[in-house]
Amino acid sequence: MERSSGIFKRVDWGIILIYSLLVIFGWINIYAAVYNEDYGVIFDISQRYGKQFLWISISILLIIIIFIIDARAYEFLSYPIFIFALLLLVAVLLFGKEVNGARSWFEFGGIRLQPAEFTKVATALAVSRFMSVHDFRINRMTDLIKVAALIFLPAALIILQNDTGSALVYIAFVIVLYREGLSPWYLILGFIFILLFIGSLLASLYAVFFVLPILAILVFHFMYRNIRMTMIGIVMLVLLVLLLVINGYFFHYDKLKILVTGILVSLVILAYPAFVKRIKHYWLIAAVLVAAMAFTFSVEYIFNNVLEKHQRTRINVVLGLEDDPKGVGYNINQSKIAIGSGGFSGKGFLQGTQTKFDFVPEQDTDFIYCTVGEEWGFLGTSMVLILFGALLIRIVVLAERQRSKMNRIYGYCVASILFFHVAVNVGMTIGLTPVIGIPLPFFSYGGSSLWSFTILLFILLRLDTTRMDNF
Amino acid sequence: MENINSNRRFIITGLFILVLLIYMIRLFLLQVVDTSYKLSAENNVFRHIIQYPTRGLIFDRNGKLLVFNQSVFDVVIVPNEIKAFDTLLFCQLVDIKKEELIQKMREAKRYSSYKPSIIIQLLDFKKFSLLQENLYKFQGFYTQARTIRSYSSPIAANLLGYVGEVDTSIVNNNPYYASGDYIGISGIEKSYEEFLRGKKGLKIQMVDVHNRLKGSYKDGKFDTIAIVGSNLITSIDADLQSYGEKLLANKKGGLVAIEPNSGEILALVASPSYDPGLLVGKQRTKNYRKLSLDADKPLFNRAIGAMYPPGSTFKTINALIGLQEGVITTKTVLPCNGGFRVGSFYQKCHHGGSVNFIYSIQGSCNAYYSQVLMRILRDNKFDSISHAYENWRNHLLSFGIGRKLNTDLSNEVKGILFTKEFYDKRFQGREWRPLQFVSMAIGQGELGVTPLQMANVCAIIANRGYYYIPHIVKAINQNDSIDKRFYQKHKVNINKEYFEPVIDGMELVVQSGTARSAYFQGIDICGKTGTAENPHGEDHSIFMAFAPKENPKIALLVFVENAGFGSTYAAPIASLLIEKYLTDSISRPYVEERIINTKLNIE
Repeated sequence: MERSSGIFKRVDWGIILIYSLLVIFGWINIYAAVYNEDYGVIFDISQRYGKQFLWISISILLIIIIFIIDARAYEFLSYPIFIFALLLLVAVLLFGKEVNGARSWFEFGGIRLQPAEFTKVATALAVSRFMSVHDFRINRMTDLIKVAALIFLPAALIILQNDTGSALVYIAFVIVLYREGLSPWYLILGFIFILLFIGSLLASLYAVFFVLPILAILVFHFMYRNIRMTMIGIVMLVLLVLLLVINGYFFHYDKLKILVTGILVSLVILAYPAFVKRIKHYWLIAAVLVAAMAFTFSVEYIFNNVLEKHQRTRINVVLGLEDDPKGVGYNINQSKIAIGSGGFSGKGFLQGTQTKFDFVPEQDTDFIYCTVGEEWGFLGTSMVLILFGALLIRIVVLAERQRSKMNRIYGYCVASILFFHVAVNVGMTIGLTPVIGIPLPFFSYGGSSLWSFTILLFILLRLDTTRMDNF
Repeated sequence: MENINSNRRFIITGLFILVLLIYMIRLFLLQVVDTSYKLSAENNVFRHIIQYPTRGLIFDRNGKLLVFNQSVFDVVIVPNEIKAFDTLLFCQLVDIKKEELIQKMREAKRYSSYKPSIIIQLLDFKKFSLLQENLYKFQGFYTQARTIRSYSSPIAANLLGYVGEVDTSIVNNNPYYASGDYIGISGIEKSYEEFLRGKKGLKIQMVDVHNRLKGSYKDGKFDTIAIVGSNLITSIDADLQSYGEKLLANKKGGLVAIEPNSGEILALVASPSYDPGLLVGKQRTKNYRKLSLDADKPLFNRAIGAMYPPGSTFKTINALIGLQEGVITTKTVLPCNGGFRVGSFYQKCHHGGSVNFIYSIQGSCNAYYSQVLMRILRDNKFDSISHAYENWRNHLLSFGIGRKLNTDLSNEVKGILFTKEFYDKRFQGREWRPLQFVSMAIGQGELGVTPLQMANVCAIIANRGYYYIPHIVKAINQNDSIDKRFYQKHKVNINKEYFEPVIDGMELVVQSGTARSAYFQGIDICGKTGTAENPHGEDHSIFMAFAPKENPKIALLVFVENAGFGSTYAAPIASLLIEKYLTDSISRPYVEERIINTKLNIE
């Protein structure tokens, strides 16, 4: 057993320093965002800043508890904790309190808890434990599916609570999988499909279908330099263009139909040389091309039927397809005005106007970054980003120095989750990402979110103190 | 494998740094380079000003204005802008007690110290102009104009309905409304709310820290203009409505008059009623409480919401169904002999000997119709009494009995007409016996109809077999833009030729039958009396009539509670209304006088 003085020596004080700076700066900004001159004391428990002080104090208590618990417990208890977290998610669906349309809160005597926040920690532990088993192979389909199930299960339950934003956070685990050897093809594939989604919303189907085969030929050419096949492909494409050009003069078919049929026919023709020469990549690319076309067709359907109206609006606003003056667009606009009006050095502490008059929505929770931008200017906003950047880099360093595979994976889980939150939260306030209601770690008002990020981070620090121990 | 992957730490770290760097560049552009956001750096803030449209006006069928808007003013304060002021002067100007003012200001401050709150509502124009002159002495005080409903004459209260503030459940369920908004709560105000309310507008204006206007934000790019509510032209004839209310005053009951060939409601009176001006503005809450506690229920629209047994007026329908089903003909003669007896059952009547078809209506023979209903229910066409009942019930449904007519009036009730299944369940496998239904032959028993439903039946008879759904609004904003359903002709399942003999009978009712009190020279009125037995007291007096016989212009039903025979009150009232509507004059002032001076069973 380690001695407690050993923990003090070995613990990473750099991260603790960054953590403290973020939490305190966050608290100051919450004070500024909801400042009420009648209750000017920052510790006033009737106001949100006073409450946040209470949440911070409890966080310190949690940190102490985390350090008292034996580090090995986090490995042994990872599955029970995960199962408990899932049960909580089910329980909140059944008995939870509905706030803003999402049934994701428990209420005990005036204190609200959001289980979804804590599930992130549990999932990170469970995923790290599962992937650290020595015969785990990430690119083996069965193992990959199992990990994916581990990640999707809580996400699905959170979607059922009608809290899509919190569920999207689980996408962050892709970074962890990538670090642990997931083939980059999955990521490229995912990226292509995201581009297709945006492309087919922005441009016409017709344009997307035109670009797809050109892309396919290019990819094929660079992966497998077979001039003959590339040439056949290009000839087929040129023929297709000619067909489309004369379409208007001699006959009148639907252009899209000609294009799709042409591409499919070309694929069949090209299949012969590919089969003879045993070109494996051809089948892969052809399959992806067909899947991409099918996906593009379904985007409109997904967009209009699967997504809800407010989600559509948010995507449209970011893509610049829709002006929504009183709703999302207005909020983003207000948020940008608040941040933009801060200038280089800000208006000064408590001098902000935009964030005080309810122009910015959720100004002490999801849009807390606006207050930073308005009152502390570019100096403040970039300082916060630099702090988060330093934290993330430090966490990666910590993760990489672990001997235990589980600890390393957990470290990446922490980094990925924090990164996703920061990227999406800050991105939405400056109009770069859709408005997804997730908090800015350590900054946003709220006990659940502060505690869960604290637990997430300090379990890593606790695990890190044992990195030199022999197992 | 492990080695290759550990290189990925750099790609991941690179991704983190790249994204944060992009964000920093964006922030630099937003905060330092782009000056368009610096407008706000001069401490400009926005103020959202909601533009309330004026509510649509309501007219009668001849273009007479019934409901309009009147300007009133609210006083609004922004607590943190208030400087010390002359409290006494302010209290004098707006006529408010000092304690009340202090209390209101405290409440406003508790709500928000920088957002405006209303502290005084609905100031009249005189007080408003006094205050406005002195407003510069009261920093942080503002006035805002609003409109309230006003009525050109105190009629048709239940029909027009009233407007009130939205409650929280409406605000939560309908994104259009915000707390403090007004909404139609009953009558036309409710059923045509979406047309009357118009569309709120929003102005976003920039105001500096001293609340001085700095112009509109982005030249009004995000502003929306308020759209004035649509005007409604109702089918009501204000004179007829007013006359109907006068005749029914001091009596409980209802009357509905319909133009048969269009389904337009000419008058719809529920008595007792109230002055619609009572439920407006400051006094609304107080008056509403008073009216809702009144034992005579003036807020209850009896004409569409009260169910009564239709009494003998119902015989006309049974006559038509009997003819259509072939169980009687116009030549059928049935015995009366002072009543209808089967075993121990006895339905009292007052005719000696035999009664023919026409006389059965003219003299309202109970025995005749008891036998007609027995024949309908025992009809050999059907394998059982229950199926015959179902067929009879379907006829009634086609007349609009036992179901909602789907008019444009809110709070319409469907009445009582039980299903076959209901009786199957009640009889629990025991045999259906026609005698169980015999009361319905004469409009008693398990039947409940509203005055509106019976007025519609009268319109069907006047039209010889069809109707348009009765409706109260004729046009919206001058256009014939009311709902499609009001233009659809609905036919009942009775052949046209069967109506004539019934109508002949109804003509005789007035000329020499049970309703001679409704007769006057010059117009051919067809009618049918009814006296609904009331176990709780005096019988209800009912009269159903249309006129003239050919090309009827008006069909109506008059219902007076606890007034005895149909011929005593309901018939003369109907006849006065018909005369008033068709000739615009009254030839029998003594009848009018007797009716107006009668006070029946009312507090």
